[in-house]
Amino acid sequence: MSNVLGETEIEVPIETFPIHKEKDASSLASKLPPHRIVLILIGLALVASAALFMRWDWLPQYGGLILQGLWRTIWILVVTVVLGFLLAVPLGLAQASGPAFLAIPARAFCTVIRGTPLLVQLWLLYYGLGSLFPQYPWIRGSELWPYLRQAWPYAVLALTLSYAGYEGEVMRGAFAGVPKGQLESARAFGMPRFTIFRRIWLPQAIHRALPTLAGEAVLQLKSTPLVATITVVDLYSVASRVRQDTFLTYEPLLLLAAGYLVITGIIVMLFRRVERLIPSKLG
Amino acid sequence: MTANVAVAADPLQPGAAEQAEAIHIENLHKRFGALEVLKGVSMSAKDGDVVAMIGGSGSGKSTFLRCINFLENPTSGVIRINGEDVKMVSDGHGGQVPANRRQIERIRSRLGMVFQNFNLWQHMTLIQNVIEVPVHVLGMKRDEAMAIGEQLLERVGLSAKRDVYPAYMSGGQQQRGAIARALAIQPRVMLFDEPTSALDPELVGEVLKVIADLAKEGRTMLLVTHEMKFAREVASHVMYLHNGIVEEEGPPEQLFGSPKSERLKQFIRTVS
Repeated sequence: MSNVLGETEIEVPIETFPIHKEKDASSLASKLPPHRIVLILIGLALVASAALFMRWDWLPQYGGLILQGLWRTIWILVVTVVLGFLLAVPLGLAQASGPAFLAIPARAFCTVIRGTPLLVQLWLLYYGLGSLFPQYPWIRGSELWPYLRQAWPYAVLALTLSYAGYEGEVMRGAFAGVPKGQLESARAFGMPRFTIFRRIWLPQAIHRALPTLAGEAVLQLKSTPLVATITVVDLYSVASRVRQDTFLTYEPLLLLAAGYLVITGIIVMLFRRVERLIPSKLG
Repeated sequence: MTANVAVAADPLQPGAAEQAEAIHIENLHKRFGALEVLKGVSMSAKDGDVVAMIGGSGSGKSTFLRCINFLENPTSGVIRINGEDVKMVSDGHGGQVPANRRQIERIRSRLGMVFQNFNLWQHMTLIQNVIEVPVHVLGMKRDEAMAIGEQLLERVGLSAKRDVYPAYMSGGQQQRGAIARALAIQPRVMLFDEPTSALDPELVGEVLKVIADLAKEGRTMLLVTHEMKFAREVASHVMYLHNGIVEEEGPPEQLFGSPKSERLKQFIRTVS
């Protein structure tokens, strides 16, 4: 460096990468390459043959029930994913940087949840708590009793705890994975600890965890049929009912599969959209 | 904030040269386990001073800088910043920790730190990085912070990168952005921790130029650096650290022109 203070070009002409690669939307050919056209045709053929050669005359009769089941599956999924995630944040934080008296219980909780089948947790809560509560008159007399007698609160509780257990572990890794320098520069500017958490640590951890969280939300969707075993009427249990009533084997199951597939597609799409809010190159 | 903190009206023009003492440090010790990194370092910087700290790796110069804003807790010693003595209490393991976290946060928000690895927040665009502390720590209005932030970006030559995420900027651009972020808090003192060490050689110049401009306008700065030539040109006072003590210090002409200590002579020979 011959002249450090001399004329140095300040604006270095480095190309900024576009954050999202722009696709050429105008050309239809790029959106519909030959292999994709073939796949679409095969898909349409399958749907058409299913519609033509299988029996769907039961659909109008069960339409309302199916929609109810679909709605119940969706709200159970959304509520348990949201509540479970809210629990997972402190569980992950406690394990990543909490004092031992918080980290150890958090780790124990995640281990127990991840180490036991969801079906067992569901039954323990429903048959265990559910048979314990009526023995106490003050519970029976409480405002909550009309809810506690029903099955869905136990379903929501079990699925929430399950999601929290798995995601607590995911968030632990995500919190620990945020580079130290990111938090150090926040400290160096006098940010209070909670502000650092809220403004820097949590957003970066969530962003790191998003792809995993999306996958876990899909898994959670496919855990929801278990609630049928404790009498909650979700999409799966409607399909079972149709099978029992009509003695049809495949049609209700195919419709069921299609239903879950569509919900999965929506989940994946929603998470992608959130992920795109921040560019993927972190750290 | 507090009454004894002098806030310059214009962030680009630091307060007039009233020559008050901005940083005063006495007999600072820092020990990591058995290893004593700082063995009694003292320094003082008045407003407008540019103090450069040089020394080989492991000499303790970065640790010293990090002790000033308590990213490391000094083991013992007096630290007075903005005329405010930092109160410390024993941590029970032979070291000490700040008695009052609020005081530390207040002091830190008057010191603009620039890191070796930039450490711009990766989930925010450049302008968001610059206004983050003014808005969310100092309670400045968003519009006001934006206006100041845009001025600062212009002066470090990054107006065009306003809405770009750090990951899409070169090292030199990120470091200039980090300097703008540090300036945005209207700091009493700027702290530079080897600001060019992580840069590709061709990007060093643009960052040094920004720092030199700051020095020229009379900003108080503490600069840990490996760039000897640069230190000689911008510093008003140079400290040479070796093994945790100040081996020699003085005005740059004296230190570089006629070094007394044998070690400093050798150091200057090896780096230049």
